[in-house]
Amino acid sequence: MSIDLKITNKAVIEENSKPSENSYAKAVKSFFEEVALLTKFTFRFFKVGIKPPYEFNELTKQSYLIGYKSFPLVAITGFIMGLVLTIQSRPTLAEFGAESWLPAMVAVSIVREIGPVITALIFAGKVGSGIGAELASMKVTEQIDAMEVSGINPFKYIVVTRVISATLMLPVLVIIADVIAIYGAYIGVNIKGDVSFHLFFLQVFGKLSFRDVFPAIIKTFFFGFAVGLIGCYKGYNSNKGTEGVGESANSAVVLGSLAVFILDMIAVQVTSLLN
Amino acid sequence: METIVEIEHLKKSFGNKSVLKDINLKIKKGENLVIFGKSGSGKSVLIKCLIGLIEPDEGKVVLLDKDISELNDEELNILRKKVGFLFQSAALYDSMTVRENLEFPLRDLKLKPKEEIEALVTEALKNVGLEDAIDKMPSELSGGMRKRVGLARTLILKPEIILYDEPTTGLDPITSKEISKLILDVQKKYDTASIIITHDVECARITANNMIIIKEGICVAEGTFKELSESKDEWVSSFFK
Repeated sequence: MSIDLKITNKAVIEENSKPSENSYAKAVKSFFEEVALLTKFTFRFFKVGIKPPYEFNELTKQSYLIGYKSFPLVAITGFIMGLVLTIQSRPTLAEFGAESWLPAMVAVSIVREIGPVITALIFAGKVGSGIGAELASMKVTEQIDAMEVSGINPFKYIVVTRVISATLMLPVLVIIADVIAIYGAYIGVNIKGDVSFHLFFLQVFGKLSFRDVFPAIIKTFFFGFAVGLIGCYKGYNSNKGTEGVGESANSAVVLGSLAVFILDMIAVQVTSLLN
Repeated sequence: METIVEIEHLKKSFGNKSVLKDINLKIKKGENLVIFGKSGSGKSVLIKCLIGLIEPDEGKVVLLDKDISELNDEELNILRKKVGFLFQSAALYDSMTVRENLEFPLRDLKLKPKEEIEALVTEALKNVGLEDAIDKMPSELSGGMRKRVGLARTLILKPEIILYDEPTTGLDPITSKEISKLILDVQKKYDTASIIITHDVECARITANNMIIIKEGICVAEGTFKELSESKDEWVSSFFK
């Protein structure tokens, strides 16, 4: 009896471990369904967001929560980013006798790429997951339905305000993170050297141009929009009870971070074409 | 008396599962209708169809002389202001104090001037006996208090119809009785019509003018509390034992 059972179980395990054609088809179908729903959600955002009345009070509150409350985390990350990048780059540059290029190289790397991307990823982790969990929890506890039955448009009140706040606050945070990271780089340079504050910033701003700063700031608006929108989409469409709250927060971070990389890739291509 | 809610041949399915198969009912002004039924029999879906939170597959819902399927979003929102909904969990906004919860619809929809809102909030909380909780957060309230605040938030818009989704679930017998009496007081004071979904026999006894029992998406019994509680039908009488 036990032998039969073992054989049967083995057969079942083997059968289950083979990914059937059906499961691939299902995965592809569900991917396209998700893309279609996210697109529909995006169109709804623009349709509802454009129409007055506008929720300025909630927008201000969300900007405070999303922007100001993220400042300490972004500041610490920015400082460490600048410091570590400088310390790690020094030996390689020293090998080529190009140590004097350290401030300029670190500044360009931070402003053009590392600052926006790392800050956006931190933002996706903190704000994207927060929005996803908050909205999913509101859905589970029927708070969104309660708004709807009071005659308030929950999409306008909850989604539009959070997405706009995320879009506007991320560029501000990136600028702050860049400045702090460059200051971190100054400290990093001075750990093993002696460069005055004035000389350091002369070298930094001597190499940084408008073409480095402008595209980097523009793309952060798109990063913020993507993180806010995906967080809201995941939370607003959560339908698995309390289990769905964690799932929404998790998928908001994963998808938000992925969106940041994809948008960054597109932004780099567009910038190169324009240059 | 004037009919203010009329439902005809309402049907709703989720996937292959048919939740409401053929629901017909009428409610008159000032009447309390209690809906009884086992869990999963479609009671909550029925009241969510009534307020337009769920779109029915077939059938007609006429609320205050308006067929809700013919209304656009704006018209539906105007109609919703005349209908109160007390959710099973009370659905208080976690990030707002009790005062802000009550003020929110009035402030956001700019229905009343600021000075009047303050007076309305105080009056609504007084009606449910919770004036002292005005600056508390929902997380600081007990289950019964949350239900009362939910009811106050519903009353502040002075609705003509109130929908109660299991108002006494999860409460102790004494608090349940208090909430049931409160529902009756609200009906008398504001002359509202109510639909009350409940499993609580005592709540039904206190509040019902009429009752219906739903079984597998169909209305199987209708009458007063007395008529149904004395029913010879084994399934119907099992609710009252």
